[in-house]
Amino acid sequence: MKDKKHKIWNKGITRRKMLKTMATAAGTAIGAGAFSGFPMVWAQKLKDVKLLHVGSPYSIPAEIAKQATKDLGFEIESQALASDVLQTRVLTQAKTVDIADLSYVVWPRVIPRGVCQGIEISKIKEWNNMVPIFTQGKNADGSPSSMEGSAPYKLMYLEKPDARKTVKKQTDYALSVPTIYNADTLGIRPDLINRPIEKWSELFNPEFRGKAGLIDYPGVGIMDSAMAIESMGKHKYADKGNMTREEIDLTVGYLKKLKAQGHWRAFWTHFDESVNLMASGEVIIQSMWSPAVTAVRARGIPCVYQPLKEGYRAWGNSLGIMKHLSGLKLEAAYEYLNWYLSGWYGGFIARQGYYSAVPSTAKKFLTSDEWNYWYEGKPAQNDILDPYGKAQEKAGHVRDGGSFWERMGKIACWNAVMKEDRYLTKKWNEFVAS
Amino acid sequence: MNSLPPDSDQKAQDVIAVARGRLVSRFQAAPLAIVLFLFFGLPLAVVVAIGFCDFDLSGIIPDFTLTNFQELITSGTTYALYARSIMYAGVVWLITVILGFTISYFLVFYVRNFLVALALLLLCTIPFWTSAVIRTIAWIPFLGKNGLFNHLLIQMGLINNPLEFLLFSNFAVIISYVHLFTLPMLVPICNAMFQIDQEVIEAARDAGANSVQVIAHVVIPLCKNGIVLGSILVVTFILGDFFTVRIMTGGKYASVVSAMSYEIGYMQYPPAAAAAVVLIIIVVLMVSLVTRMVDVQKSLVE
Repeated sequence: MKDKKHKIWNKGITRRKMLKTMATAAGTAIGAGAFSGFPMVWAQKLKDVKLLHVGSPYSIPAEIAKQATKDLGFEIESQALASDVLQTRVLTQAKTVDIADLSYVVWPRVIPRGVCQGIEISKIKEWNNMVPIFTQGKNADGSPSSMEGSAPYKLMYLEKPDARKTVKKQTDYALSVPTIYNADTLGIRPDLINRPIEKWSELFNPEFRGKAGLIDYPGVGIMDSAMAIESMGKHKYADKGNMTREEIDLTVGYLKKLKAQGHWRAFWTHFDESVNLMASGEVIIQSMWSPAVTAVRARGIPCVYQPLKEGYRAWGNSLGIMKHLSGLKLEAAYEYLNWYLSGWYGGFIARQGYYSAVPSTAKKFLTSDEWNYWYEGKPAQNDILDPYGKAQEKAGHVRDGGSFWERMGKIACWNAVMKEDRYLTKKWNEFVAS
Repeated sequence: MNSLPPDSDQKAQDVIAVARGRLVSRFQAAPLAIVLFLFFGLPLAVVVAIGFCDFDLSGIIPDFTLTNFQELITSGTTYALYARSIMYAGVVWLITVILGFTISYFLVFYVRNFLVALALLLLCTIPFWTSAVIRTIAWIPFLGKNGLFNHLLIQMGLINNPLEFLLFSNFAVIISYVHLFTLPMLVPICNAMFQIDQEVIEAARDAGANSVQVIAHVVIPLCKNGIVLGSILVVTFILGDFFTVRIMTGGKYASVVSAMSYEIGYMQYPPAAAAAVVLIIIVVLMVSLVTRMVDVQKSLVE
């Protein structure tokens, strides 16, 4: 802040001149980078702006708002909410939120309500450096990325800023800006399995009866099961993220049959439950999230986030600007979005095992050892630290699944909300009650 | 001279006093009434209204439809869920009643000193100083495959392989419920038992009743209110619970409320609201049936 003030005085802007410039600039509203100098005339007023960013606990730890406030000079307040509360808040109290940080699973529920405004892509500085999975639906080598489930590319572009549906082609307006994502697979206890695990079908393998776990979230649990069923060669889904009623019946049928056989030791809802199930050995193969695997390993217990032949189930979050924002506040929102992609955030989440939409900027905030470990899949030279400076992996360890493109290039499907989601919930309840 | 005879003047004053008394007591009851109306009555009315609404991917559509209730009542899942919840409630009720009654009996009739009995009763409450959540979760490392209890049994040479039914099972749910709900059962029974006049029991003995007859014909009837009060607490807690079932079965089984929580997680509020309305009706019916049998208010005031 101090520096910016200094800059303004140096350029000799007088109060009068400032007012004059303001009058002309007010209508045009130009957004530029946060660090390099947004329209200086606003510097004084911008610091009074306050943006409320609501999201999930995993996407906005308190450090993010603190750092953004420091870097941007205006206040960012963040609120982490449970996913159902978050959805309701954004949909029913849209005006109490400035920036909505939602999972791609939630966006299909939000788009038809028109509570957000289209983002002018020209104002997002790093747009062209973004991972092409999001902007073009393609991998780095130009091959198509999976469109199964709520794939970000399908939910990226708007024909008009106030459009209530997304289009599968590149336009000038984006629904949201991708921020954090990862590719999920099964977690295993190699010390208790003692043989290679290479396919999703192992999740249903009778060998692991009474020792298998599944995430107890219908939309995700059913996709992990679909991966296993496809891998067994029992059924080929047209879109695992948008099943027909027959496919839901088939999948839940398998789950119920396995349950009756005592296959499942437990279903987990919270991150820490998945960690405890694995660490205690109650379960030796299950759906898991990457940081949960790290948490098990941090206790000195072997645990692998096992790459599988059929690929990964991916998920992601993105930031949208609420419709009610305008003028100075809207400019501040663009500044904030640009800050998000400028690297600090990417560096922070990389240490949690998550990826940034713009890896090139995250790289600036990582040591070369960290970059090589998290993004290149190379062995760690030193101990790998978490975002809070605590060692989480020993030197010599290699990230499961290898480099960024080795993982993200093998997405089989994205977490999804299905058209038949009422039917799915009903069937899932039936399964749990069985 | 007064225009009215002295006693009619007195009457008028009495009427005023009564009216004023009523006004004062209404005034005193008003804050509670207002709080209950604002924070219980209104939200409940909203829940009932939403139960009749339609919905889509993004939420509630105002409408009047009976679909939510129809689906609920015609679905086998609903009955399976209620059967399980009622099974838990029944088993836990039986165990806690037996525990509550025998512990109270010990405290009241064996520990003759009231202060000692009170001190022992307070000791029973110590585990309740931590939250129910923690007391539930604490069972997991104890009962697990590699848990303390299995280790103990294996070391003692009683079993070779860990017992898996201890955790993530009905057994685990029941043990955890009994742990949680013995005290709510114990306290009202104990309260009722303390009020039994020792002379009544002596009279029964003088009339030739043996110990069993004293318990069956004197103690139990006189504790009835306490037992009913405790039972209401235990059964309503269990029917409204989903946390314990989820944690202790490892998510493998569900209670009536778990189904609602999935629906809420998917923004399907109307069916969840319909399920809540049905649950409330069932609980209210049960409680009113029980309170018809005994005067709970009387036992509370005493």
